[in-house]
Amino acid sequence: MMDPVLVDAAFVVFAVLAIVTGYRVFRTDSMVRAAFYLLASFAAVGGIMVLLGAEFLGMVLILMMAGEMLVMAIVMVMYMMNPAGLNPMVMVHQDRVAAIAGVVAFLALAAVGLFGGFPNTPAPDPSLATAQLGRELLGNSMLVFQTAGVTLLATMIGAVAIAGARGRYGSAEDGSSEPPLQPDEEATA
Amino acid sequence: MTTEAVLIVAAALFGIGVYGALSQQSFVMLMMGIELMINGSLLALVVLWSRAAGGNPEGQMLGVVFMTVMAVEMALGFALITGVYRVRRADITEKLRRLKG
Repeated sequence: MMDPVLVDAAFVVFAVLAIVTGYRVFRTDSMVRAAFYLLASFAAVGGIMVLLGAEFLGMVLILMMAGEMLVMAIVMVMYMMNPAGLNPMVMVHQDRVAAIAGVVAFLALAAVGLFGGFPNTPAPDPSLATAQLGRELLGNSMLVFQTAGVTLLATMIGAVAIAGARGRYGSAEDGSSEPPLQPDEEATA
Repeated sequence: MTTEAVLIVAAALFGIGVYGALSQQSFVMLMMGIELMINGSLLALVVLWSRAAGGNPEGQMLGVVFMTVMAVEMALGFALITGVYRVRRADITEKLRRLKG
């Protein structure tokens, strides 16, 4: 087990990194940069999870998010205006309400965390926890594990069906003309 | 590193995610907000597994399920963005007044 002071220091660094980069996601002009900020936030959370003894989950999270954020960056370059952040970008609606909702959610959840009276037992031994997870995955919880796999397969098939050129709305070219200036004319266009 | 400190970090991530999901116009940025919310809840799950539930393997199993949900959400979100863009040329929520294709 690592030195507790070292663990605390690493936790503070990861926590600040996770929150600051998470906030920067919505405060940057470049959408690609936003994707990488989100990746940094996930990596920091993965680091905290490793500190907590969930080494396997933390590493899998970082691995998964690295791939996911690259896909996200590609999607942005494909579809979104201003992906490189050359112009200032403020694309928000109901900003004030959203900010209040975010602060209220934070305060409520932080209050639950602070006053919930959760125990503070020491973190489990990481190597033991990983071995236990492996036995659980292919033992008692194998059905859950397999269901997750089948769910992902179904998602892949569904995603291809939705995104395919001939989706459920017919040929993709049919509806792909530019929308009219007046939104209400969309039906007749 | 106490349970409370980690739970507060998780709550902060969730709060930022709520703000992002409610305020962003771009579909992809909106999904980033949802991702941040799942990120916060995953962190809360792991800290409760580690510091409060004694590190039983079923708790980590729930983490695996969380990650599956994350991947499903992202994949279907991207597919829907592609579908909507093909039909409507819309990349922000304001361009979608109707869901009917």
